[in-house]
Amino acid sequence: MNQVNTFFDFILSHQNEILEQTLEHISLTVIALTISVLIGLPLGILLTRRKRLASPVLGVVGIIQTIPSVALLGFLLPLMGIGVVPAIVALFLYALLPIIRNTFTGIEEVDPSVKEAAQGMGMTNTQILGKIELPLAVPVIFAGIRTATVINVGIATLCALIASGGLGEFIFRGIALNNMNMILAGAIPAAVLALLLDSVLSILQKFIRKIIKPFLILSVIFVFIIVPLLVLPSFIGSSFRAGFTAEFMERADGYPGLKRTYQFEMDTMELDPGLMYRALKNGRVDVICGFSTDGRIKAYDFKILEDDKNYFPPYQAVPLIRGETLRKYPILRDIFAKFKGKITDEQMAELNYRVDRIKESPSKVARDFLEQMGFQIPKRSGKGADIIIGAKNFTEQFILAHLFAYLIESYSSLKADLKTGLAGTKICFDALKSGQIDLYPEYTGTGLLAILDVDEHTRKSLMNDEQKIFDFVREESKKKYDLEWIHPLGFSNSYALMMRKKQAEKLNIKTITDLKSYIENQKAAEDRN
Amino acid sequence: MIEVSNLTKEFNGIKAVDNISFSVKKGETFVLLGTSGCGKTTTLKMINRLVEPTSGEMRIEGRKTLEEEPTKLRKQIGYVIQNIGLFPHYTVEQNIAVVPQLLKWDRNRIRNRTNELLELVGLVPPEDFLKRHPEELSGGQQQRVGLARAFAADPSIILLDEPFGALDPITRRQIQKEFKKLEMMLAKTIILVTHDIFEAFDLADRICLMDEGRVKQIGTPKKLLFSPKKKFVKDFFRSNRFLLELKVIPLKDLLPVISDTGIRDETLPKFEESTSLLDVLETMESSKDPKSAFRIMDSAEKIKKVTTHKDALEAFLKIRLKMTA
Repeated sequence: MNQVNTFFDFILSHQNEILEQTLEHISLTVIALTISVLIGLPLGILLTRRKRLASPVLGVVGIIQTIPSVALLGFLLPLMGIGVVPAIVALFLYALLPIIRNTFTGIEEVDPSVKEAAQGMGMTNTQILGKIELPLAVPVIFAGIRTATVINVGIATLCALIASGGLGEFIFRGIALNNMNMILAGAIPAAVLALLLDSVLSILQKFIRKIIKPFLILSVIFVFIIVPLLVLPSFIGSSFRAGFTAEFMERADGYPGLKRTYQFEMDTMELDPGLMYRALKNGRVDVICGFSTDGRIKAYDFKILEDDKNYFPPYQAVPLIRGETLRKYPILRDIFAKFKGKITDEQMAELNYRVDRIKESPSKVARDFLEQMGFQIPKRSGKGADIIIGAKNFTEQFILAHLFAYLIESYSSLKADLKTGLAGTKICFDALKSGQIDLYPEYTGTGLLAILDVDEHTRKSLMNDEQKIFDFVREESKKKYDLEWIHPLGFSNSYALMMRKKQAEKLNIKTITDLKSYIENQKAAEDRN
Repeated sequence: MIEVSNLTKEFNGIKAVDNISFSVKKGETFVLLGTSGCGKTTTLKMINRLVEPTSGEMRIEGRKTLEEEPTKLRKQIGYVIQNIGLFPHYTVEQNIAVVPQLLKWDRNRIRNRTNELLELVGLVPPEDFLKRHPEELSGGQQQRVGLARAFAADPSIILLDEPFGALDPITRRQIQKEFKKLEMMLAKTIILVTHDIFEAFDLADRICLMDEGRVKQIGTPKKLLFSPKKKFVKDFFRSNRFLLELKVIPLKDLLPVISDTGIRDETLPKFEESTSLLDVLETMESSKDPKSAFRIMDSAEKIKKVTTHKDALEAFLKIRLKMTA
């Protein structure tokens, strides 16, 4: 009941946004669908006249259909960048197969004796197509268009990953923040939309023979006039753009706070965390919100902008461990003490780089690093698990989890087992509380904001001071959950704004304040024009 | 008048139709007869150019059809196929109106013509059928609509490709009989393709018997039966010979050898002298008495002779021997 209530509260408080996203979703789907029909239908007809082309064309279109949608968006990224255009192209490609195939099959399946009679009566090929074949193929063709519609409404949610808007924004933000209401606020309208568009088409099917001409004319006008209007802004727009993840856009310590602290606004678009770095590299956006230890910073030659107002809270990496486990195996505290402050930001970035870019295994990278630091690492052997180490689902956590396991097994007789890839902070933390895992690497900033969920006042009082925050989360976690933050590993994986190094140097931007003044100058220049 | 000269059609180097020639007179019913694969349908389709000939030429009223626009040509030729090919999304009315509409007739003229045609093919009253779709009609009714459609623009030439092939035997018989009598068939030049020997003998003025793409013999049914030019022609009719003979010999041929009973009774059944003996026997079958008499009339309704069917049969056997010899 409570869940239902909070869901309705969420809907009410976000109704404008839901409406806007729904409209974006509809326009993405309808535009892509209209283009697919205007291209797929003639192509399907052409295949019935040039049968030799049929199997190669249907084959190619079929192969496109089998490309996983996220992969297709990935292919389109270097070609067309991000935003509405590649989204429409992707949706168009997915809609093509059902439309072409059903047009082809629908016309092919018209009774040959009916065609022969029409021909024998002196109808021209065009007359046979318009009066006989197409009307008889209407049910099959519409079945294809309806399939394409439902597919498109579904795939359009994924297009939120490349900053094209739509209901996917809520879904992905909801997943990132583990907010069920937000996920539902995107998923339910999307499902309703699929059913709604399907019914509209089924009604249209009944009247299509009467309204086909005005309908076709309207579609063509729609595509040639409305589409450029929608698409062009994403080409012109502002020259300097930021690409942020759904989570960053929503979190109090993300973009909303950044705007308040530095007092400036940017042209932003939402991007998938995985695609964001490539989008920056390819020049589709000019600044992104990365993590300061990400391996791709080095690989793509990015520059981290200095946070000169100390806005981003520090995210020191610390082993977070159950009090119960620590009392049972006190030796753990000594083991991690040996490793206190051993990894710098640059070293962690290097380790991430080796896994992400050079494709070495997290286990090997962790082992090499320890050996290089002079730790003695025995071969792991034996079974049974005294300690279970968890990790969230990204590279750095995988490496740290392996590192912890090597440390524990080298300096005690305890056996460690790994449970990696837990999707997100909440899942990992819940697993720790309930004792499904004994420890995992966590960040102080996350502890402060996501786990303890402190109010604005407390946050301000800590003033983004590394030591104060560490002490605060340590005491509070112990009190509230009987969990212990032991010794910080040394590096801090905090949010950071980053740009391409070349561009940053050219524009002479070193700090976020530099960025702010650059953007403000740009705007002033535009206003003058 | 249709003239076909040296027509050949090759499909992938194989001759489906091999150098055939014939001519069809105005108002004549000309039947292309043969087993499946003999090239008869291909020949028919070359006449309205659904199939383009490899070589040879065709003339209609002296015009070379190969020099005409195919769609224009087809609008002047009625065409009926075995599977009828009615347009399932059109009503009966719309189906019949297809060619008139292509010819841009005005609406009133089309409506009047549609009503007239439905009456002619025996779908009465027309109002009951106009708004129905093909799926709501029986096979026989569909074929009648198919005929009406082919006749819609009153073409002088009609091509029929196994028009009754898809019907059950009883309906087929009935429609075949009516077909001969249909008013609208009068004065039409008709080319009909069939593999059904009885249908051919029923309807044909002349038959063109084909095999393996070649013409074996062209002539009246009687000629093919009694003066076959080749062994193939003789063999083709062997199994049905007796029935066919009964069918092609009219009473007129028997008159010289038939005896007259001398009875002059107005109540006796009467037959015109052009009636075939088979039809007489079929009609008289109800009266079991072999001695029951009937009258033979000439076209002016004058009594030629009165005879019994026993006598008629005896006469037939005599004549038959004479003709076969």
